[in-house]
This record gives sequence, structure tokens and C-alpha cells, in this order.
Amino acid sequence: MTNLLEINNLSVDFPSRRGQVSAVKKVSIGVAKGEVLGLVGESGAGKSTVGNSVINLLEPPGHISGGEIIFDGMRIDQLSNEEMRKIRGAKIGTIFQDPQTSLNPLMTIGKQLSETLIETLRISGASAREKSIELLESVGIPYPETRLDAYPHQFSGGMRQRVVIALALAGDPDLIIADEPTTALDVSIQKQILDLIKSLCKQRNLGVIIVTHDIGVIAEIADRVAVMYNGQLVEQGKVTQVLQKPKHDYTKSLISAVPSGDQKLNRFTVVDYIDGSEEKVSMKNVGDHWLSKNKTSKTHDIAVLVKNLSIEFSIKKALFRKNRIFLKAVDDVSIEIMTGESFGLVGESGSGKSTLARLIAGLYKPKSGDIQIFGHNVLQKSEKTKTSLIRRKMQMIFQDPYSSLNSRMTVEDIVSEPIRFHRSTGNAIETATVVRDLISFVGMPSTSLKKYPHEFSGGQRQRISIARALASRPEILICDEPTSALDVSVQANILNLLKDLQEELNLTMLFISHDLPVIRQMCDRVAVMQNGRICEIAETDKLFDHPKHEYSKHLLGLMPRMDLFRL
Amino acid sequence: MMAPLLLEGSMFYFILNRLAQALLVMAVVSAISFSLFNFVGDPVNNMVGQDATREQRIEIRQQLGLDDPILVQYQRFMLNVAQGDFGLSYRIKQPVSQLILERLPATLELVFASAVIAVLIGIVLGVYTGIRRYSWVSKIIMSVSLIGVSLPTFIIGIGLIYLFAVHLRWLPSSGRAGVIELGGWKTSLLTIDGWRSIILPAVTLSLFQLTMILRLVRAEMLEVMRSDYIKFARARGLANRAIHFGHALRNTLVPVITIIGLNIGGLIAYSVITETVFQWPGTGLMFIQAVDFVDVPIMAAYLIFVALLFVVINLIVDILYFVVDPRIRRGGS
Repeated sequence: MTNLLEINNLSVDFPSRRGQVSAVKKVSIGVAKGEVLGLVGESGAGKSTVGNSVINLLEPPGHISGGEIIFDGMRIDQLSNEEMRKIRGAKIGTIFQDPQTSLNPLMTIGKQLSETLIETLRISGASAREKSIELLESVGIPYPETRLDAYPHQFSGGMRQRVVIALALAGDPDLIIADEPTTALDVSIQKQILDLIKSLCKQRNLGVIIVTHDIGVIAEIADRVAVMYNGQLVEQGKVTQVLQKPKHDYTKSLISAVPSGDQKLNRFTVVDYIDGSEEKVSMKNVGDHWLSKNKTSKTHDIAVLVKNLSIEFSIKKALFRKNRIFLKAVDDVSIEIMTGESFGLVGESGSGKSTLARLIAGLYKPKSGDIQIFGHNVLQKSEKTKTSLIRRKMQMIFQDPYSSLNSRMTVEDIVSEPIRFHRSTGNAIETATVVRDLISFVGMPSTSLKKYPHEFSGGQRQRISIARALASRPEILICDEPTSALDVSVQANILNLLKDLQEELNLTMLFISHDLPVIRQMCDRVAVMQNGRICEIAETDKLFDHPKHEYSKHLLGLMPRMDLFRL
Repeated sequence: MMAPLLLEGSMFYFILNRLAQALLVMAVVSAISFSLFNFVGDPVNNMVGQDATREQRIEIRQQLGLDDPILVQYQRFMLNVAQGDFGLSYRIKQPVSQLILERLPATLELVFASAVIAVLIGIVLGVYTGIRRYSWVSKIIMSVSLIGVSLPTFIIGIGLIYLFAVHLRWLPSSGRAGVIELGGWKTSLLTIDGWRSIILPAVTLSLFQLTMILRLVRAEMLEVMRSDYIKFARARGLANRAIHFGHALRNTLVPVITIIGLNIGGLIAYSVITETVFQWPGTGLMFIQAVDFVDVPIMAAYLIFVALLFVVINLIVDILYFVVDPRIRRGGS
């Protein structure tokens, strides 16, 4: 069988000050027509670089340093820029990760479609308009004629990704390269988009390369899969074979690290193939440590009590109130979180789960309702000092470890700031010791204290965030999607760390995630949110095995088909 | 699909909102300029000779209404201003509005000429240096542009006069020549002499704004060229021309328009210096002379006039913004 695209021994180098960095090392893969090839690996594995070298859009100074790329029987890696431009769009279409940013915000989608059609197919403006309608229809956009004059911001995320797919298909290409096409989307939309790509592939007999870090996506859509690690291809083969009987150790550990939604395990499986990914956490005598002193939780059974909480955001302002439109982000929500419990909050984006967390943390003011923390009503203005003492017992860990740390402060300053602010140690020497301990509790070497955040990877930064949260001696930890920006292997480590800390320090945890398997592993009880309301609160196992509410069933049905590779 | 008129997102509501803000600004500025009458010295001293008697002084005070209560004076001032009457110049004894109107064409033509120079050359060079970032031409342009940013206007003006008027003798060193009356508007843009005399002041005035726009466009262009939609446009096989001018430039212009609007206001403000250096008979020169003589009616009127220009320009910029960026007109369909 001759392949549509054949990549032989491809190497890509990025020259830097410290010498050559080889992003891709002698990778050979091929895709046939009508086939979906999944290219999987963690961040930095070089999988996107492979995709970009096929269409010759490597970020300078990156360049192909060896091997060949053969497309449709022709060598394309040595073509000039102008020759390559004629292949892009017309022969090879590309879909990028984030539909929010891949469309020009100032141009109607009709214009973006027709300019692409006119460029690639050399057709007239009038027939381009007709063809645009056809394309939008084929990617499942309702009433395409009326949508041509709409701007990208008038579409939802999923619809926008459909527009991007329509644009990629505009030049009638034979090959589609999709770089993390669903990473920025909700699970339910993810499934729709993947189904769309799959059916387009069969209908139009396209070759498709899906670049992703998500094994769930691979299991859902790919025919064959190639696994990359550190620039090298470690394994490739049929998807059932690779996922069920992985040969390489890296593939094995990668697959086992994907949290399971089916059963509850004690700890997350760690990708042990990656060198030094698990630093042992030693927390001896933590009961006598500074961290465990000054507790208020012992006397209260209920850590957080939320009663009939509501908040609205205005989405359309107007002169008269009756013309204004409000969005009820959190609508009459009541929950109870017991002391020492791990309470999960799931829902799709826009369901109000992060807003609820921010309300509890005091970052927003509710419109109505009550919040009690350790029996103390924190919304009462009369007891301001006491409220701020209680607030200190609650700390938040945010989703994005890149933007939540001040890049101009050293790790030591970041972690010691809350201690110095609250004056919770006796003197500077004690502060230094405590900071040192905190950093080692989260599994970081003490050499990291003098470094700045940019010197660390995403996972390490999230550890620093955790250390910073601990520095206030919290008893309640609010984690807002703490691992969704991280790779699976790193995710496993961070989640294990959070579990350990919770056990040792008897923390109460509010854990927010859209990732159901993670919730299953982390939480004792779960609340399912939709459109600002709570649909169902249940013990985790009960919810996963016997969901009662229709929406919970729907969400659970969207979990990637892990059964394919769980034996 | 008509959006209700008073909803946010409709053009009408947007303009109404901006107009209300503009009125507020004008009210504050007129209050400040009115306060000039009371705080910048005693105008009577400047109007009468050293040997004027006490009675003469009191008579003038009464004529000018300076003895009335402040609020009465303010009300009178505002009523007059609303009718375009700014009173008599203390020095020339002519209506201020007439003086300003006479000199306005000179200033507006100067500002217009330099705005055109600044915007055209600034955007063209900015786009060029943004796209050809590493070419040596770009590097030279960027180095030279530093001079425009860092040298004060009057030094540039004097330097240009020395080079082109004194040394090379190509262009006149000062004044406004070749003026033709065209339906009440005195223009110098229709004669060769007029063009020759406007070149130096216009270039001097535009240089700072030009370099600002150049650097801003370049920075925005570099930013936009890194964006995902440019990468996606490349991946769709679009030609460089379409990417640079169809996609990148328009996105670049969104923030640039705001700055250009503010800077045209700045041109008017800076024209005071340029008009002084080139003895250009515009409102700026008149203002400087008024300051010398504490001619408060002219100063107050000039202040209000400049504020009005700023407000109008900003209103236009806001509307342009609304036209260029579809994300601002929410609610449309």
C-alpha cells in the first residue's frame, strides 16, 4: 500500500544559545487515504513539530535537518516557500487547537471562507459564496446562508471549531493535520467534533493526522497510533494493539497513568518511565509541625455550608432595568462540605462551578444566600476581623500555574509572603525554616528556593502554588482545575501530592474539575452542576455507578471509552 | 433584525453615551477656563495705563462686570459661550470668536497636513519594519525614528530652518505665503508658495507623531503576526499580500486608531511651539501672544476650543472603533 503521506527519518533541530536542540529525532510515520493516524505524546515530545514540518510552518529558527517528507509521491520538504504555499490549503489542510484564536476576529466567516476558496480553487466570488454555504452545511452548521455574515465571536467554541474545519476543507485537500483539535473544548463538544472529523475522513477519503496528548481522543477516533516521547517515535501500530498490548515501557506507563473512571484506586498510577518524575514526599511528624498548629476545624463537623447562594452577571447593560439581561451564574445553590472531606464539583464550562468556588473563597459577592465557614457567617459585615481570620483558613489553587505565580519573585519570596503577611511565625529564622519545610513537603529540592518561576516546568510550578497555599496554614483547600493544564504523568503526581497532604493535614478540599475520572479518584462526594444549578449530589461511587439525574447520566456517557484499553 | 434603540450594542445608544460624556468634559473645561478670569491677575491693570485714576478703574470693572457675584459672572459667561461669544480681547479690543475664526484656517491646515504626513508615512514604515523585521532598511528606520521621539520640536524646527531655508535656500523660513480667500476660508494649499511655506512647519509638527505611530504600528504588527489566526491563514495557503494587508493590518489598526485620535489632538496642542518657531499665523501663535499680555478672554476661549477639538476627535475615534471592530457592536444579529 502506498501511503498518502510518508515521513522518513525526519529530524528537526532548533539552534539555541546552548547549542542544537533536537525536537524531532529520526521519526518515520505514514498515513493512507481514509485513515486516521493519532500522534500522541506529552508536551515537549515533538508531536506538533512533526505536524508543522509537514506544512513547512516551523517556528524559526527551527528547521528540518534530516530525512524526507513525501506527499502524494512528491518530495515536499525541499520545496520553496511559494511552491509550498500552493500545497497548503489546497492539498493539506490544517486545524489548530484553539478555535477562539485561529479565526480573524475582524472578518466575517463568509469572507474568510471565500478568500480561501478563491485562493486555493481559483473560482469566482459568486461561486465561492455558494461553495461556502455547502462547506458550512457539511460541517454541521445550521442555516449556513444566514451565518456567512457573522463574525467569529458570534459563534460558540464548538461552532467556531466547525468553522475552522470548514476552512481547512475549503481547498479540497487530501490530508488534514489536526493539532489538538478538541483540547480547548468541553467533553460533549469534543465528542461531536471528533465524530465530525471521523465522518469527513470516511466520506471524502481523507488522510488525517490527529496530534494530541489525550489518549482518550486516540481511543475515540484513531485507526493507527504513533507514540512519541522526547522527540523519538517509541511505538506505532493499530490502535487496539497499541492501547491493549503496548510494547514499549513508555506507552505502558502513559496508558496506565490515565485516570480510570471505572473503579476507585488508592493512588494515581505514576508514569515511572519518565526519569525522576516522582520525588518522594516525606512528611514525618507533620502533626507536631508548624503547619498543624492553630487549628479551628476540630470543633466543627461542617467546614463549609452554602445556603441558597445566587449570583448574577449582567451580560447586556441598558438604560432601563427591564431591558437588561442577566446571567444567573450560580442559581440557588446549597451545599455542605464536611470537615476533612474531599468534595468534588463537576460540570461543563459555563456551568458555574468556578464561580461557586470563587464565591466561597470570597472573590465575588453573592446577590443572595449565605456562606458559613466553620459555623461562622462570612457574609456578615459586622464581624469583619473575625471573617478575615476565617478566610485565612481557606486557600485556593488555580488552574494555570504559569500566570498564577509572580514571575518577578523568587520561590522563597512567593512562599514566605503569606507567612510574613499574617505574621504567623515568631521571627525571620523560623520563617526560613518553615518555607524550607513547605518546599520539601511538596517534593521540591531546597535549591529551588532562590530560583524564579520561569525556571520550572508546569508541574513544578503547580507544586510551588500548593506550597504557597499551605503557607497560610489553610484548613480548606479550593482546587480549581489544578491539573487540567498539565500532562497526564505530571497530573498523577500532583493529584497524589494533594491526596497525601489532605490525609496528613486533615484538610477539607473542594475539588473542581471537568474531568470525571479525576473526580472519581479524588473525591468522597460529588456535586454535578449545570447552568448554575446543582443537579445531583451523591457519594462518588454511587454517582458513577448509578447516576440519578438525566444530566449526570449524559455527562458520564461522554467519558472517553477507556474500556477499549483496560483489560 | 432591528436592535432596540436604547440597548447597549446599538450605535445610537453608544453615541448617546459618548455625547453625554463629552458634555460633561466640556462643562468641566469651561468651568476651569472661567476660573482663569478670577485667578490670573487683574485684567484691569493691563488695560489701563499707569496713570489711570481710581474712578476710571472702577468704571472699567463695572463695564466688564467684574464686580458681580461669581455665580452671576459664571452664568453670563456660560450663556455667552453657548452662543459662541467669548467677549472682547483685552488687548486688541476685538471679539475673540472673530479673532479665532480668522486664524483657525492656518492652524487647521497645518494640523491637517502634518496629520496626513504622520499617519501615511507612520503606517507605511511601521508595516514595513513589522514585516521585514530583520532587514537592514528596517534597522536604519528604527534608529532614525529614535531621533524623532527624543528631539524636542523646536530643535527640529530650528534645524530644518537652518538646513532648508538658510543653508540650501529651498524653502521659506517662516510665515504663511500664497493665501487665497475661498468662500470665507483663507487657504494656502492652492498655491505653490503656500505649499512651500507649509512644508517645513508641517514636517516639524508631524515628526514626533510620525515616529510614535511608526513604532506603535510596528509593535502591533509583530504581535499580530505571531497570532494563531495568521498562522492559520498561512496554513490555508493564502498569499503573503492577503495575510499582511487583509488580516494583519486591520487587526493592527484597532489600537492604532485610538492613539492616532489622541495624537491629532496632540498635534493641535504642539502646534503652539511649531507656530512660534515658524511664525505661523495660527491660533497657537495667538495663544502664546495672549499669554504674554494676560489676555484672559483669548486664553479661556482657546482652552475651550482645544477641549472641544479633543472631544470631537475622540468621538469620531470611538465611532471608527465601533465600525472597525465587530466585537464592540454586540447584540447586532
